[in-house]
Amino acid sequence: MKKQNQRAWLFVTPVLLLVAFNALIPMMTVVNYSVQETFGDNLFFWQGIDWFEQVLTSDRFHRALGRQFLFTFLILIIEVPLGVAIALAMPRQGFWVPFCLVTMALPMLIPWNVVGAMWNIFTLPDIGLLGYFMNHTLGIPYDMTQNPFAAWVTIIIMDVWHWTSLVVLLAYAGLVSIPNAYYQAAEIDGASGWAVFRFIQLPKMKTVLTIAILLRFMDSFNIYTEPFVLTGGGPGNSTTLLSIDLVKIALGQFDLGPAAAMSLIYFAITLLASWLFYTLMTMNDNKS
Amino acid sequence: MRLKSLVPALYILFLMLPIYWLVAMSFKTTNEILAGFSLFPQTWTLANYIEILTDPTWYWGYINSIIYVTLNTVISVLVALPAAYAFSRYTFVGDKHLFFWLLTNRMAPAAVFALPFFQLYSAVGLFDTHIAVALAHCLFNVPLAVWILEGFMSGVPKELDETAYVDGYSFPRFFVTIFLPSITAGVGVAAFFCFMFSWVELLLAKTLTAVEAKPIAAVMTRTASSAGYELGLLAAAGTLTIIPGAIVIYFVRNYIAKGFALGRV
Amino acid sequence: MAQIKLSNLRHSYRPDPAADDDYALKKIDLTWEDGGAYALLGPSGCGKSTLLNIISGLLVPSEGSILFDDTDVTALPPARRNIAQVFQFPVIYDTMTVYDNLAFPLRNRGRDEAIVKQRVTAIAEMLEVAGMLSTRASNLSPDNKQKISMGRGLVREDVNVVMFDEPLTVIDPHLKWKLRSKLKELHQRVRATMIYVTHDQTEALTFADQVVVMQDGEVVQIGTPVELFERPAHTFVGHFIGSPGMNVLPCEVRDGAAFFGGDNVALEGPADSAGGGRAEVGIRPEFVSVSASGSGIAAHVRKVADIGRHKVVEAVAHDSRIHAILEGEAPNPGEAVMLDFKRSQTRLYKDGWLASRPEGAVR
Repeated sequence: MKKQNQRAWLFVTPVLLLVAFNALIPMMTVVNYSVQETFGDNLFFWQGIDWFEQVLTSDRFHRALGRQFLFTFLILIIEVPLGVAIALAMPRQGFWVPFCLVTMALPMLIPWNVVGAMWNIFTLPDIGLLGYFMNHTLGIPYDMTQNPFAAWVTIIIMDVWHWTSLVVLLAYAGLVSIPNAYYQAAEIDGASGWAVFRFIQLPKMKTVLTIAILLRFMDSFNIYTEPFVLTGGGPGNSTTLLSIDLVKIALGQFDLGPAAAMSLIYFAITLLASWLFYTLMTMNDNKS
Repeated sequence: MRLKSLVPALYILFLMLPIYWLVAMSFKTTNEILAGFSLFPQTWTLANYIEILTDPTWYWGYINSIIYVTLNTVISVLVALPAAYAFSRYTFVGDKHLFFWLLTNRMAPAAVFALPFFQLYSAVGLFDTHIAVALAHCLFNVPLAVWILEGFMSGVPKELDETAYVDGYSFPRFFVTIFLPSITAGVGVAAFFCFMFSWVELLLAKTLTAVEAKPIAAVMTRTASSAGYELGLLAAAGTLTIIPGAIVIYFVRNYIAKGFALGRV
Repeated sequence: MAQIKLSNLRHSYRPDPAADDDYALKKIDLTWEDGGAYALLGPSGCGKSTLLNIISGLLVPSEGSILFDDTDVTALPPARRNIAQVFQFPVIYDTMTVYDNLAFPLRNRGRDEAIVKQRVTAIAEMLEVAGMLSTRASNLSPDNKQKISMGRGLVREDVNVVMFDEPLTVIDPHLKWKLRSKLKELHQRVRATMIYVTHDQTEALTFADQVVVMQDGEVVQIGTPVELFERPAHTFVGHFIGSPGMNVLPCEVRDGAAFFGGDNVALEGPADSAGGGRAEVGIRPEFVSVSASGSGIAAHVRKVADIGRHKVVEAVAHDSRIHAILEGEAPNPGEAVMLDFKRSQTRLYKDGWLASRPEGAVR
């Protein structure tokens, strides 16, 4: 049992102050903007929930939201199984383990705009390695600045490149925590490879996979820098994800009211979806 | 067996290809880049690197980034330590809610905060300072550090605390001389993650700075857009941003898997 | 069901073992009779788990072979040996119900659901877990989890051997006793060969009909609990079994008689003439009597410990410590006493190995 101790609040005060400063004040600013109209000069007019209605009924928002969900959905169904598969195939001990871990983690430590720039250079049609290979070696026309489909494929592959390792490392951490006796018992019980995966490895990876899916959901849903640097949201608006659209409205058009309303809706969707994910994934634990 | 080890090998190859291309590009001359495709640099040049390391607008970008990343890491870990201890050892009114609220900040899209942050830090006179970026990154790093440290601390048996009190240790002395050494791995991992997320973030860092504290990432975007075809320079700058991450990751390599599991395996 | 024969077994974890010390198992020849209840007893690191894993097929021995009823199974994987093993920590499939856990080994072998049901119900009945069949296995207490692990071993009716690798390590002390008698009872009901690995002599002696004592990768003695107690084949067995262990006293052997610090010690019978080496007299504390005056070896009492039903006297004679177990009155520390060894239980050891035999016995 943990001790009941109200003095614990003392320990959390610094965190509280710091995060409150960073989260509450800006959040209040956003709320403030979201219900007012301004024409500059610090003059504000009460607007009520008009901005929310406007955002929620706008086609532009629907399309950006749709793109965002499609992106996040594709990311999850590609990265999670792929990451688990790679983790299963990784060696459990020996020299190659730290080598694999370090090289796999490397993409995650590259600044996000550098990731975008790197993939830009990598995919340039005539002088990028991938672009040249596609266009000139395979003879498949590939130019993501012209073709929306190519742009989508590219941002997906870029994200797979950037973040699959997170799933790999988490799944791997779960796998190495399984005591050897489990594998031995399964062998004696005559379990097939699939049964070992289904009844031993997968259940033991459940906690870490929950974390992985949550983190991948949140981060892919909030993604901004990498696709912005790579495609700028184009061609056209084809890769304009929610964050990119938000920044366009807020900083590009300086439509503060709609941008603020959109921010709040955006944040609410992220929270709601994260909560849903979490509840669904931990539902079995709470039963019985 | 051999087939199985092919999977991580192919994956690592896939990870290395774009990085290789960036590095290869950074050693090419502008003429070579514009002339067309070449798998390896035909004439190796260090010109791009020399330009970066001699031009203050370039190298100050690196220094600025390192300053605010270091500041952020130190602040995040320092404030997260007592909080994580409280979460792992005590129950108190509102603890669950508080913990959840901290985590929701990890879910906030940075784009949502860009503009309000700009106004907030301008209002308090911190705009374009290193501390502004360091504090802003605490938004997502502090909750993460608390989460990681709490995981590691919960792995330390409570008997350790009790024994220390019985032996007559005061709380601060116990915390520094006994408790901290037993979670060094956790502190290392938390610091690593703070470093990582502060280092890779651009949107807030760019929004909160103009000249004095401009991060390297922002310097790069300017170059890319204004000077057009300075790809070699861009590649060299990008290559240099990979190095700090590679160094840091090497130090925590043995804790990496556990760390990514936030100490919860 | 089968007789299990280990012949010329050697195992080393090193790639190219040279010296004897490189081997975790040094030449084992052993036969486990069908249906026996065996205990494999020895201190940590003596090689008993290695031996167990070789029998189950989790390890392939460096040399030698394993025969199940004259069929060589040395190269067979565990699944094809028809054996069962229960590990130190309960291994259960968290996501399955208790029923599915017990059914798992049968279903993997494609058995008919009707047979599965009948076997699982029978085993659950025996283990007293019939009421929990539909609960999720992850919600069980450690002792029930361990019961399920055992049940998975016993559910197949044709297992050659069920092996237990220190199965009570994580069980609460008051439940250990219950689970141990359960095991004994199970053995009597299913009549499968069982091998129980432990470093705890009580567990070994209460469970097994035959105890195999190991030390440093070698089998030191095989015998019934009574044999191990009364005639340890090696001083190690004498020390390891019994509480306190056997008194082992340095002695000299002259003309077939043993002398402890100059005092003649009457042996159970003739000493083996062969072999020189270090000679010792071994006598269990249970067979040492203490008197204030009389015949025997002069000693003085150093400590007396009252452990309930009897008292343990620690006396010193000729600079050696001798334990005696007494019922009733005991002398006080510091007193001078005479120690008398029961002749029929006094053994001679040379270089650690038993070197005397009872009067009239033929070697």
